[in-house]
Amino acid sequence: MLKLNDFTILIGGEAGQGTRLAGNLIANIFNKLGYFVYVYEDYQSLIRGGHNFSEIRVCNEKKISRKEKIDVLIGLDKNTISLHKSRLSNGDLIIFNGDRVKGEKGIQVLSDKIVKEEGGIPQMVNVTLISALVKVLGVPFDILEQVLKERIKRGIDLNLKIAKRVYDEVEKKIEVLRLRENNSILLTGNEATGFGLAIAGLEFYFAYPMTPLTSLLNFFSQRKNELKVNVFQPESEISVINMALGSAFAGKRSAVGSSGGGFALMVEAISLALQAEIPILIVEGQRAGPSTGMPTYNLQGDLFFVFGAGHGDIQKVILHPGDAEDCLYLANLGLNLAWKYQLPVILLTDKDIAENTFPVYKTMFNKLKKEEAKIFQANEEYLRYKITEDGISYLAFPGSEYIVKVNSYEHDEKGITTEDEIICSKMHEKRRKKFETLKKEMETLETVKIYGNLKSNVALIPLGICKGVALEIAEEFGFKVIFPYFLSPFPENKMKEALAGVEKIYTLELNSTGQLSTYLKMFDIKAQPILKYTGRPFIFEELREKFKNYEI
Amino acid sequence: MKYKTYCKPTWCPACPDFLIWKCFDDVLSQLENEGFSSKNFVVVAGIGCHGKIFDYLNLNSFYGLHGRAIATAQGIKLANPKLNVVCFVGDGDTYNEGIEHLIFAAKRNADIKVFVHDNRTFALTICQYTGTSPKGFKGSSTPEGSIDEPFNPLEIVLSAGATFIARAFTGHFDHMKKVMKEAILHKGFAFVEILQPCITFFDMTPIYKERTYMFESENVESKEKALEKIKEWDYKNGNKIPIGIFYKTKKSTFEEEFFKSSQF
Repeated sequence: MLKLNDFTILIGGEAGQGTRLAGNLIANIFNKLGYFVYVYEDYQSLIRGGHNFSEIRVCNEKKISRKEKIDVLIGLDKNTISLHKSRLSNGDLIIFNGDRVKGEKGIQVLSDKIVKEEGGIPQMVNVTLISALVKVLGVPFDILEQVLKERIKRGIDLNLKIAKRVYDEVEKKIEVLRLRENNSILLTGNEATGFGLAIAGLEFYFAYPMTPLTSLLNFFSQRKNELKVNVFQPESEISVINMALGSAFAGKRSAVGSSGGGFALMVEAISLALQAEIPILIVEGQRAGPSTGMPTYNLQGDLFFVFGAGHGDIQKVILHPGDAEDCLYLANLGLNLAWKYQLPVILLTDKDIAENTFPVYKTMFNKLKKEEAKIFQANEEYLRYKITEDGISYLAFPGSEYIVKVNSYEHDEKGITTEDEIICSKMHEKRRKKFETLKKEMETLETVKIYGNLKSNVALIPLGICKGVALEIAEEFGFKVIFPYFLSPFPENKMKEALAGVEKIYTLELNSTGQLSTYLKMFDIKAQPILKYTGRPFIFEELREKFKNYEI
Repeated sequence: MKYKTYCKPTWCPACPDFLIWKCFDDVLSQLENEGFSSKNFVVVAGIGCHGKIFDYLNLNSFYGLHGRAIATAQGIKLANPKLNVVCFVGDGDTYNEGIEHLIFAAKRNADIKVFVHDNRTFALTICQYTGTSPKGFKGSSTPEGSIDEPFNPLEIVLSAGATFIARAFTGHFDHMKKVMKEAILHKGFAFVEILQPCITFFDMTPIYKERTYMFESENVESKEKALEKIKEWDYKNGNKIPIGIFYKTKKSTFEEEFFKSSQF
């Protein structure tokens, strides 16, 4: 029988059958019951057919990783059952559409028949299976009703009628308890990024569609009036970032997002943003490469690419979230930093962070803010690149009483092109100075998170989505987990403090070359990389097996 | 010159780029007398000889990337629609590297003005062929002559959706001034191709002087008439070269359409 405080439901079907929405409904039902829910999304780069599934991990604590063992399997098609049956811990918790799936044991719902008899449309089949699940697990009907009313706008009465009929026909098997309200909401990493940016005062989001960032473009498109964020899809990523730099120059906080291929097209303009000192936040959601790779799967292969992005001796800020809560915090911080320091900030996520659904404590929103930039108000000639003690010049915008000149060439304080040796070196020093000022501010920020057994002599340093599974492995083996929020500038001192007393370090990375462990060598941190490069994130059990074999 | 910085010009002596600079300075002074404020003007430049105009104009300005000025300009205009956004771009800059932005800005009818300094060569990199160089152009990368034919940029922007299309020649200064002013006053995407001979590498001055003629369209809102006129000289034949306003029509702008669905 499934463990009532930690179980996984897998729902799968063909693309176009609505498994993702169904998974989202299930996640919301358990969130309402007081559970922490994490949803792993697995889908292919196609529109119809194939095999898509969502794994919904339901837990009385925050657990953000996939388990090999699943507890309930819901099949919209036969393929789902064949593919995942062996992962069930208990053979009989299979729920399926009996009109489509023949010859399987389990809880059969004659979904097509029921929907037809009630006068519904084919998409309502999903509601029959969700309702069966809810009943089998002993969840009160009113919870399902609430979730359906919140999530389904069209044909809600008919959906509820169908749901009720199934609920009454199916037999209860277990009773999942209702827990105390846990004050968490469910957000994908992209949604969390969107809220974090909006609260930092984002006014323009530009993007070209590309998995896994398309859903952030959609997020802003759907919520633009509520969040007061303008959104536009230009002709290419090159246009995306050059437009965004134009709107930032005109005084509007702007952000862009893409994956590796689209980010590649933006790289020349990242260098422009550094040289011209224009604030911009760029979300880079890594996906499986090289090249087009496996568009809907995950590989964290862009680390060095992002570090090096931009020609001409540049430094930039790279922030590193591991889940949606981190996206909320770091997207918000990132846009504020971009404006305070007038430079490009990259939020480096990955496919699983971007599109999976995570529990996010509502109190996390209290940490978010909009910080003011240095705005020019003096009654003297305005110099866009005035050399100051902290390296940061004052901002002014066109349309005001000042003349604002920004320049991709090396320039003097006014912004006029120069090839003068002294001015050139002063400007390089000025731009470097900003990073020194930023590093001072970083001393006051949470730049490194430490979890697990603080006294352990073994530390895991996970990359992005690997953080969730690292925390569970650390719990199992008594390890420490160290998670840098900044990859650049690298919080060297805080990392060294966190590593005091640690004798063995492992990185967890979804790539084949161990880029994080290589990067850490620059700071004399010697880590053994544990790698996976199948396009899917680590599964708890496979990692547990690996660590069992290590001599620790 | 009214809007002049302390920067010493580095164009070749007598380069027609000086005339474009002077022309814009004159037009802007006139516009200020007519109630415009130069503080609301933003100049966006690409990279190439033309771009140096950025340094000489004491105005709000953005010296962007090669080929990308038109993208940047649209971002500026969206962020603050009350600004008058003027792009100075080059032929290599905007017909080669950044043509996607030219086509899409025309398609959207973005309310920006584009002045192309078309010298039909990459001059600052010492003479290579561009999208409007004639076939057989002997540049440093094509010592035996370029092998493809030029396109007609006016035809491209007409089919893309530009609502103001004109050609000027630096050799007819007053006419260029009139066209430039009308372009700036046009609401919507204004495109002005300026024949600006590169007197160092590809001096077309005598040919343009002989073959250009000014015209006034009798039906400036007709796309068909515009196309006919535009095709008179296709950048390769030896025909007469019409200069003037080929097409001008009213249409809602990108910015107007963009903010229609905003309720904030």
